[in-house]
Amino acid sequence: MQQIIRVKNLQHHFPELNLKFPDFDVASGQHFLILGNSGVGKSTLLHLLSGLIKVKSGSIEILDTELGNLSQASLDAFRGKHIGVVFQHPKFVNALSVLDNVLIAQLFGKVKQDRDRCISLLSELGLSVKIHSRPNSLSGGEKQRLAIARALACGPEILLCDEPTSGLDDENAEKVYNLLVKEAASNKAILGVVSHDNRLRGKFEKRIEL
Amino acid sequence: MNIFKISLKNVLFRPYSAALTIILFAVGVALTSFLLLVGNALDEGFKKNIKGIDMVVGAKGSPLQLILASVYHIDNPTGNISKDEADKLARHPLVKESVQLSFGDTYKGRRIVGTTKDYLKWYQAELSDGNLWNQPFESVVGADVANEFGLKIGDKFYSAHGSDANAEVHGDHPFTITGVLKQNGSVLDQLILTNHESIWEVHGSHGDSAEKEITSMLIKFKSKMAMISLPRMVNEKTTMQSALPSIEVNRLFELFGVGISTLQIIAFSLMILGGISVFVSLYSSLKDRAYEMALIRSLGAGKSSLFFMILIESIILGVLGTIVGIIIAHGSLKILEVFSDANLGIHVKLWDFAPGEVNLILAALSLSVVAAILPARSIMRIDVSKVLSEYAN
Repeated sequence: MQQIIRVKNLQHHFPELNLKFPDFDVASGQHFLILGNSGVGKSTLLHLLSGLIKVKSGSIEILDTELGNLSQASLDAFRGKHIGVVFQHPKFVNALSVLDNVLIAQLFGKVKQDRDRCISLLSELGLSVKIHSRPNSLSGGEKQRLAIARALACGPEILLCDEPTSGLDDENAEKVYNLLVKEAASNKAILGVVSHDNRLRGKFEKRIEL
Repeated sequence: MNIFKISLKNVLFRPYSAALTIILFAVGVALTSFLLLVGNALDEGFKKNIKGIDMVVGAKGSPLQLILASVYHIDNPTGNISKDEADKLARHPLVKESVQLSFGDTYKGRRIVGTTKDYLKWYQAELSDGNLWNQPFESVVGADVANEFGLKIGDKFYSAHGSDANAEVHGDHPFTITGVLKQNGSVLDQLILTNHESIWEVHGSHGDSAEKEITSMLIKFKSKMAMISLPRMVNEKTTMQSALPSIEVNRLFELFGVGISTLQIIAFSLMILGGISVFVSLYSSLKDRAYEMALIRSLGAGKSSLFFMILIESIILGVLGTIVGIIIAHGSLKILEVFSDANLGIHVKLWDFAPGEVNLILAALSLSVVAAILPARSIMRIDVSKVLSEYAN
């Protein structure tokens, strides 16, 4: 089976903190959960995996590309094309409509802009009536779904989510999980979730505990 | 979707702040442009009416007054001179051509000038209707005078002594209009022309016994050499004085040039202020938008894309400010033209650009680019990971 992600000897140094991460591989089609309590470097690992922080010690290989070897500009381009990220508190460009916020992902991800695909993604996520609204008029749940649509706009191989279920009751946490799995599947992406939420533990076969 | 559209929507998203910035920018551009246009129009208006006149002779007094009175017809004459003495000077070998003028009387504030038909040739004036005068008390009126008072061929009018509203009317000698001049942008548009005899008869110097007087004489030299010897000769050897229009006009421009350059400094400072307001509005909006910018980076945008987004926003504000400013300057000049026209025969076309205006536009646009550089550079330097996680907490 093809390995999509390979992490080896990965460390990251902050001025007052030295984080060491376990080695792990993720195979094609394998959803994974990175689990850990606050302060163990979950967000740092997410930022390292998505190329927001440069790898300085150890190695991350994604789709046979060593992230440490990429320049900042190629790292930006690589992330735009191959990795969709849903942040814990999604933010948007407020001057642009909901639809335009998805379209700019394709613009900056440097894939062909496909309005129809963006609209169908938004409809799939129940936002078809909101496409011309401003992002700051959306509810919290709608914002999260918009963030998912934006993360999937470029057809990435990997969809990374930061704490997607934090603060939700069991029923809604279940809903969000199901939605993420469904969207990842229908867009042929593997789903990576970073969370401290133990309710998710049973749902992933592949778990990386920090 | 493209970067330009995003920048445009970002500008439109903050309409009040954008409008304030554009207005501040526009005021600076408008003032600078206005001063350039006025300075240029004055310059052109004055130089155009010199029409190759090298020297003016008239009664002794202020040389500037003599020029303003005889060339531009905006001041009172210095007095009269003897026609014989003027004729003698006209025959001097260094004089190529000369035209004698007699004036002092007006009709409704418009000056009546006694002269010869050569005067019209000097200004390339043409008749739009009728004929030139053939005998005393026939007159030809300038285009603006005809328009203003609705004068046409065959109309009669009485001249008044002096130029103010209470001037004494010469009631016994009516003038008849025989022709109307085409508008040609020169001082002739503002004048009523007739022959010398009309002026002499109005003032009662009948017959040949009395010595004839004129007000001034315009002279063109045969060579530039005359400029050195003739003026001095006139001043020292005759009862007349000489004045050189080019020198007097330059002196005049030096006088109010100081005023114009002071105003230009003020206008330019206002423009810089407009640039600073672009800078401040970009900078303060970027503080709020740091997360947005980090987010755009996380979507795959390179640093240069962010730089260009900010730059384009600034250029949009700068271009709009410049356009509004230029429109204000040209529009208000068009409104003021009515006044300037009556006094100097200055004509300003709404979309004629003064020579300095191209530089002004380039300077305004460069200013908007410069204003964007610091904010754009600071946004390029943001630590994407740090900004994204700071806002998460």
